[in-house]
Amino acid sequence: MLQLLRKNTFRHGIHPPEHKEDTAGLPIRQFPFAPVLIVPLSQHLGKPAVPVVREGQEVIRGQTIAEPDGFMSVAMHAPASGVVRRITLAPGISGSMVNSVFIEPHPASTQEVADGEPCDVETATPDEIIIAIQRAGVVGLGGAAFPTHVKLKPPEGKHLEILFINGAECEPYLTTDHRVMLEQTDDVFMGIRYLLRATGTSRVIISLEDNKLDAAEKLQERCPDDLPVDVRVSPVKYPQGAEKMIFSALLGREVPSGGLPADIEAICCNVATTAEIGRLLPRGRGIQERVITIGGPAVVKKGNYRIPIGTPVRFALEQAGVVDNVSRVFMGGPMMGPSVSNLDIPITKGTSGITAFTTAETGEATGHKKIYPCIHCARCVEACPVFLNPSQLGILAKNEEYEQMAEAFHLMDCFECGACAYVCPSHIPLVQYFRLAKKMVRKLSAA
Amino acid sequence: MPELQKHLEIGSSPHITDGASVDVIMRNVVLALLPVSAFAIYAFGIGAALVLATATVSCILTEHYLCKWTGQPSTVGDWAVVITGILYGLTLPPYLPLWMVVVGGMFGVGIGKFLFGGLGSNAFNVALVGRAFLQAAFPQAMTHWSLPFAEDRFSSIPTSVLAIPGAEPVYDAVTTATPLARMKFDAVFAGDRELMAGLTSGSVGETCGVLILLGGIYLVVRNMMNWRIPVSIFITVAAITWAFQTYDPETYPGPMFMLFSGGLMLGAVFMATDMVASPITNSGCWLYGALIGLLVVVIRFWGGMPEGVMYAILLANAVSPHIDNLIQPRVYGTGRGVK
Repeated sequence: MLQLLRKNTFRHGIHPPEHKEDTAGLPIRQFPFAPVLIVPLSQHLGKPAVPVVREGQEVIRGQTIAEPDGFMSVAMHAPASGVVRRITLAPGISGSMVNSVFIEPHPASTQEVADGEPCDVETATPDEIIIAIQRAGVVGLGGAAFPTHVKLKPPEGKHLEILFINGAECEPYLTTDHRVMLEQTDDVFMGIRYLLRATGTSRVIISLEDNKLDAAEKLQERCPDDLPVDVRVSPVKYPQGAEKMIFSALLGREVPSGGLPADIEAICCNVATTAEIGRLLPRGRGIQERVITIGGPAVVKKGNYRIPIGTPVRFALEQAGVVDNVSRVFMGGPMMGPSVSNLDIPITKGTSGITAFTTAETGEATGHKKIYPCIHCARCVEACPVFLNPSQLGILAKNEEYEQMAEAFHLMDCFECGACAYVCPSHIPLVQYFRLAKKMVRKLSAA
Repeated sequence: MPELQKHLEIGSSPHITDGASVDVIMRNVVLALLPVSAFAIYAFGIGAALVLATATVSCILTEHYLCKWTGQPSTVGDWAVVITGILYGLTLPPYLPLWMVVVGGMFGVGIGKFLFGGLGSNAFNVALVGRAFLQAAFPQAMTHWSLPFAEDRFSSIPTSVLAIPGAEPVYDAVTTATPLARMKFDAVFAGDRELMAGLTSGSVGETCGVLILLGGIYLVVRNMMNWRIPVSIFITVAAITWAFQTYDPETYPGPMFMLFSGGLMLGAVFMATDMVASPITNSGCWLYGALIGLLVVVIRFWGGMPEGVMYAILLANAVSPHIDNLIQPRVYGTGRGVK
């Protein structure tokens, strides 16, 4: 009853148009192989993986091509059977060059996936599961690309109680998690078994938004009786899919500033990540493909695709087709997705979609809006889900008072959801300011 | 398959906005002020129309030429100065000499806005800075009130309006005291209904409380005004007045009189809510509104002047940055959020 009263939602936030109707009903389809796949050795937060193949070597699809370098690192797998052409630097989404393995798929290959050493959920110890997840190269597929096995191990002296499975998918245009929940329902529950065992949690809450009621019903229907799973539906509101928002909406608790979810005995895992764990671990496989939504007004064949890791954005867009007046392409959704400055960068594990806009969405009318001074209207204050004062932070950022931003106004608690810039009538690029400011603060504190 | 050869633009996320824009907000405020302005002209005739037009044009031109002379692009396109001009005109006595209107407008926009750094940087409500200057410079002309609905209000231009700069203005209309002055000096209270409908004397646009409220409701519905500020002012003024009236009904008027007399409605709805000069948090806005309400009652009941809305708002404007320093949003994961 208390849960009903709280309405499963959080304070503040925004309601951008969802634009999910074009792809939400389309089943996941296999995407073809590009002539060359570029697998960056650093697709995750942490240390890059160490290649264990050499140039000219034949690889089999699913074979490990790079081993994790320490705990804060994960393995990489060959996205196709073929030949390693080069191991060299290639441009990444951030603009910097990343060491990458170039694989040329064999056109005639059947592209069977190689199985590895299975990890049995019934007999494996928590530590064995954690290592298996690392060896499977699993990272947060929601976009953060944080190595999953790292957060499964609670810090010394902490106990984890509730496992949250995040299927909110609050970014406009994206429908991958939605499709995964509908089409890989059993994989999700298998993944939950692994996660329960690895973390020692005793309860599971699957969190969705109420624009995915079909998925919520399917999950409820297919949930095995022996799993302590609760499916919770929240009203659509951005950024419901941020784990901090899930905790305050469904648990009524906040993660302490600068702390970890483990501080409130919770852990949150993206639903697609969970499904991949459930799909891969029983056969000892690794992540060599993922589900993405290719959408947006500029895309002709919008859809949800299972696409090989390393597929260049150019190939993906050529296959899906784009209209002539395409003007802006970004990875993920429009609220947090980084702009693509180079179409030759590859799809990585953290890519949840490719969205393309036309000049109608980015032209004179919207994309190049005049920037006015801050008029103190407080819309950003009312939108910020972590209750910052973006107006004040924006003024300080403009004056380059980075230290004060961090010390007096909690800059480092900003997770760049974009709600403030979305509502700003002065069109101040607040998120851009904050990204730069955070970088400067890290630089200053490192010095 | 043709090679994808396109010039793509890049930009920082978010790549979408909700379409709100400063100039759109400002235009909506102007829209909300139109019924009030129309009523003002209906009640006070050509004199009010000339005062309003002169006020608006002088504010716009002042900003435009100050921008030009300092080598900056003109900022009148953001419409903020149009609001300033109209509001400034609405606070003036209906038959004020036009040259005084021009002087006050130039002072308000020049000193009250431009010197502070323009839009977003003005510490005080710009229209009230202009009015405060006139109050200090021309106290007699600024307290010269005429009866509304004069017979000849549409047929002749009042002599005082066209007075030559420096000369003593000649008033040909019947002059009268405002309801607040009569309360203060004669302990006579105007009827509530008369006040709400704008049948009393007063500044150009302050008399019809109902139309002002309608404009405010429109802006609140469009999410372009923080309703907490006027509501806080109303509650504070009504509560204090009610307490004193209960104590001594002979000396003190009722809450409705206080809410609908003088500049309270216009000030509470359209001036205290100036986003730039009011606090940014909702709790700050409650406090700011309460401060204005308290100051209004204190000045009206025990001050030397019959009306205190202008000074109450200007003083609260001065305090507003300090309220913002005092009250910041509670950041997620701090304070009472962590259990």
